[in-house]
Amino acid sequence: MAADNEMSAIYYIQHHLQNLTFGRHPENGWSLASTSAEATEMGFWAIHLDTMGWSIAMGVLFLGVFRKAGRMATTGVPGMLQNGVEMVIEFIENLTRSTFHGKNANIAPLALTLFMWILLMNTLKILPVDYFPELFGRLGFEYMKIVPTTDVNATLGMAFGVFCLIVFYSCKVKGVGGFAKELSLTPFNHWSLIPFNLVLEVVGLIVKPISLGLRLFGNMFAGEVIFILIALLPFWAIWLLDVPWAIFHILVVSLQAFIFTTLSIVYLSAAHEHH
Amino acid sequence: MNINLTLIGQTIAFAIFVWFCIKYVWPPISSALHARQKKIADGLDAASRASRDLELAQEQAAQTLRESKEQASQILEQAHKRSSQMIEEAREQARAEGERLVAGARAEIDQEIHRAKEELRAQVATLAITGAERVLEASVDEKAHRKLLDKLAAEL
Repeated sequence: MAADNEMSAIYYIQHHLQNLTFGRHPENGWSLASTSAEATEMGFWAIHLDTMGWSIAMGVLFLGVFRKAGRMATTGVPGMLQNGVEMVIEFIENLTRSTFHGKNANIAPLALTLFMWILLMNTLKILPVDYFPELFGRLGFEYMKIVPTTDVNATLGMAFGVFCLIVFYSCKVKGVGGFAKELSLTPFNHWSLIPFNLVLEVVGLIVKPISLGLRLFGNMFAGEVIFILIALLPFWAIWLLDVPWAIFHILVVSLQAFIFTTLSIVYLSAAHEHH
Repeated sequence: MNINLTLIGQTIAFAIFVWFCIKYVWPPISSALHARQKKIADGLDAASRASRDLELAQEQAAQTLRESKEQASQILEQAHKRSSQMIEEAREQARAEGERLVAGARAEIDQEIHRAKEELRAQVATLAITGAERVLEASVDEKAHRKLLDKLAAEL
């Protein structure tokens, strides 16, 4: 009986941590994975439909609300929606002004997108862990993991986007030659140390997006696992732990969004600086 | 925990969202914000200017009030002076007029007395003669005694 319980608990956890994967299976061809093993076998040519769906939904929600506020924006007395939106915009503007030292009007909107998008995706975690897997299970989908930031693909994907921008702006501001020079001649400005510098700088460059993505993923994934573990407790104990953990996560959710945004701005600011 | 196409998909979604935000979301809100900021700053400016103007106007008003008060008191003083002067003049005039009138009346009275005396004198002569005639019961030569009687009348 105990072993049975243990098995079902392990199954429950694994089930909740498995994405709805659509991909090319070596045997079944393009199909939805019905087990975790199948999803693993699909390798790189697979896509997490839940991650993509929920993240795009959150992105569209953010853009929709902010676009609506922008359409109705007046210079007179703002309404409720405009007030809220302006608060976020001012917050991001101040953050950008204090952190970013170059001249680039695109950084603030970029930071806004990152912040609001990650915030909304993280906030999905506050929803009870069982509702959506159950609902989609009834609709015929085996898996449903609704928090995109607990999927390492999503966080690394965004971090990769930031990485592309870092490289792009480095090349744009310093020129390709200038960027190469920076990579090869710092920190030791001597020709004989170029290989050493290169290794150091390239590692430093690549670590940026990886740390960015993994930090967010790690925090969110760990939090999610604890939510799932709490859900395994007897029902009377669930709310006792779930409520404080959820309240604590209001902090974690916004903090992680803030950290991701701030670090992105810092990296981009460094990319704009001449040495 | 598999790395797969989702990573690329997420990057593409990220790129599209950022582009949309830069293009359509940020500019209207940001411009509205800055326009309002400018409006408020202008309003504050105008308010401080207006309060400065008010102060100036108040000062001016006080100055004008002070001046007009002074002027009013000056005018009042002048009027007082003038009125007392006029009263004095009128009094003087009245006294002169009264004196003149008194003098005129006195002269008239004198004249009247004189005339009455004259008349009386003339009548006294006639009366005396008439009386004498009665007394003497005879006619008196008027011509002979006229001179004497006139002398008598003149002594009256």
